Amino acid sequence: MKKFAVVAAMATAFLGSTSAYAVDLEVTHWWTSAGEAAAIAEFAKVFEEETGNNWVDSALAGSGTGANPVIISRIIGGDPMGATQMNTGRDAEELIQAGLMRDLTDVVADMDLDSFYVDQSLLEACRYEGGLYCLPINIHSWDWLWLSTAAYEEIGQPVPTNWDEYVASWPALEEAGILPFGLATGWPISGVPGVLMSGIGGSDLVLAVNRDKSADAVRGPEFREVAEAMDSLRKVISPDMMVPSFGDVGNQLLTGEAAGNIHGDWLQGDLQVAGGVPGEDYECLPALGMGDQLTGGGDSFYFPVLPEGTDPAVIQAQADLARLLISPEAQLKFNLVKGSMPIRTDIDLSAANPCMQKALGLLENGLLPSGDFALSSDTQQQLQDLNIEFLDDDNITVDDYIERYASIIEQAD
Amino acid sequence: MADTAVHTREGAEQAARPSLLNRIFLHNLSGKIAAIPMMATVLIVFIGCTVWTIYFSFTNSRLLPTGKFVGFDQYERLFATSRWNVSVTNLVTYGVFSLVFTLGIGFLLAVLMDQKIRFESAFRTIMLYPFALSFIVTGLVWQWIMNPTLGLQGTMRNLGWESFTFDWIANPRMVLFALLIAGLWQGVGFCMVLMLAGLRGVDEEIWKAARVDGIPTWRTYVSVVLPMMRGVLVTAVVLIGSGIVRLYDLVVALTNGGPGISSEVPAKYVYNYMFGGGNIGQGLAAATMMLVTVLIIMVPWAYLEFGGRGRR
Repeated sequence: MKKFAVVAAMATAFLGSTSAYAVDLEVTHWWTSAGEAAAIAEFAKVFEEETGNNWVDSALAGSGTGANPVIISRIIGGDPMGATQMNTGRDAEELIQAGLMRDLTDVVADMDLDSFYVDQSLLEACRYEGGLYCLPINIHSWDWLWLSTAAYEEIGQPVPTNWDEYVASWPALEEAGILPFGLATGWPISGVPGVLMSGIGGSDLVLAVNRDKSADAVRGPEFREVAEAMDSLRKVISPDMMVPSFGDVGNQLLTGEAAGNIHGDWLQGDLQVAGGVPGEDYECLPALGMGDQLTGGGDSFYFPVLPEGTDPAVIQAQADLARLLISPEAQLKFNLVKGSMPIRTDIDLSAANPCMQKALGLLENGLLPSGDFALSSDTQQQLQDLNIEFLDDDNITVDDYIERYASIIEQAD
Repeated sequence: MADTAVHTREGAEQAARPSLLNRIFLHNLSGKIAAIPMMATVLIVFIGCTVWTIYFSFTNSRLLPTGKFVGFDQYERLFATSRWNVSVTNLVTYGVFSLVFTLGIGFLLAVLMDQKIRFESAFRTIMLYPFALSFIVTGLVWQWIMNPTLGLQGTMRNLGWESFTFDWIANPRMVLFALLIAGLWQGVGFCMVLMLAGLRGVDEEIWKAARVDGIPTWRTYVSVVLPMMRGVLVTAVVLIGSGIVRLYDLVVALTNGGPGISSEVPAKYVYNYMFGGGNIGQGLAAATMMLVTVLIIMVPWAYLEFGGRGRR
């Protein structure tokens, strides 16, 4: 019945369209902020120009936490979209195991992925029992400290070059009535501990906690420093100063209302749209200016298995899109706007801004597995709850935090 | 089906006395056929899904309901989670205040409306209007009003009242009352209309009798009219109660559980773990606990209300 409805809907859409060959391909994603929307439009443009098909854009609100459930329920519920963006990592692993995603091995067989993918670990998340079920299209990293030039001009200090200098500048900032750390409500805090972990704790700690899920590492001295950094952070954050979305924090940085923020590199897309120039209006410190590796995840595109009886042209459109997404041309256009790093090593990135250039340098040292990448969504959700609670409730001591973090990692799978 | 029925009827005629089967299947046959859709709905949708929920709360299912039986593991984890415990406490606090104030204010407003005032229908419409808005809209509107920098507090400070403070929405201790304000604004009007209908249902003769006996008006309301409105009160309590248990959208729109986790509620926990966290087992365990809580309250009440016929 459901299948019939889908077929009927597609048939109607087919008859309705002017060109006999153009088909509609629905693409879901959660790229709704100004910079993100501009980036996905680049993909849509390339797709429509190259194939003549229609890109039906289904942007979903609420980022990963709000949009992921919608995407997953649609696929499980038998109403799959033509293609969807999701985070690279384990969010879709059960969908792959249940056979709900299309195997792309044949589609990209002649492209020789191994030769140009910048880091093979990215593709590992897409592989299952010899098949390839998704295509990572960019590398995102949380490991950025963004600093406002305007704020530091106001207090007459040079812009810090690492985390320690930044922390040392907080008292002067507070005196001048500037927020030391701008923050949006909800999920943005969840990435911060991971950034502190790689910047302050170092690469070994990240590997021990995220990859090996070692609770002992969490109880160790390196993680304590991380927890203490979180503790000092919560002292300068108050709930009534939080803004609704991370894009607003970007504006706070540009105007000098807030001095700094830890957020993923996608913030840069918004800073660009708002007219910010790196080096002039804001500074960026990858890995807090301390580490030499970035924790990486990113976004992948998945192509759900479409119901039987779907127009073969739609299935062909899926394959066309898959190949286009990782083509040099689309990669370059998309990533320059998005502020993320491309997954290809063989494209010319001289057009990239200074922040991206810094990131590309660190990328050569290899990627560390981020929490998004290595931990199941269940564990991520638990850690997010813990971080949000810790940030707001001063009754939770650093020791409690470490112990609860350790017990979540202990149960992680 | 029809064959069996005919067969049974023949059998029954032979016995010359209505058999048990006959009474079960054939007595008032049309009525039973008419009830089949309802019975199927109850059995499949309500009871079936409840049993499904409870069963999978004992498994380690993640994104798909395919897990193995793990006993009470999910429940152990649930009760060790501080977010869940905070959610339950919040719901109880919100529930008690919401029930008391909605009924209290609703009744008071209804009594005021009942004083044969002018423009009654206009006032009634105004009071009932918020109920026509969804909780999402209600939440967003109040989020603006209560936002410390943009809303009421900011406006008053800009007007020159520097010490004016109304930051409940950003204050972990007061945020539940911020929720309560929005919830009451939305729900009181409906309760008032119900109560007003109840008041109008009271016979005018009762009022005349009370006046002849010289009973003060307030006393008549409390001791005579209120007990006579028992049916309306029960309806109101059930409606308000079910609204409390499923409290979710208001929280999402108004505070999204914040600041920190200080306005989290159970329904939001269920949603976050089932869909965001991809852990069906955990979400269903939480959902089952919500059901158990409702049953603990409902069963004794239902027993008192509908059972115990022997006593009367």
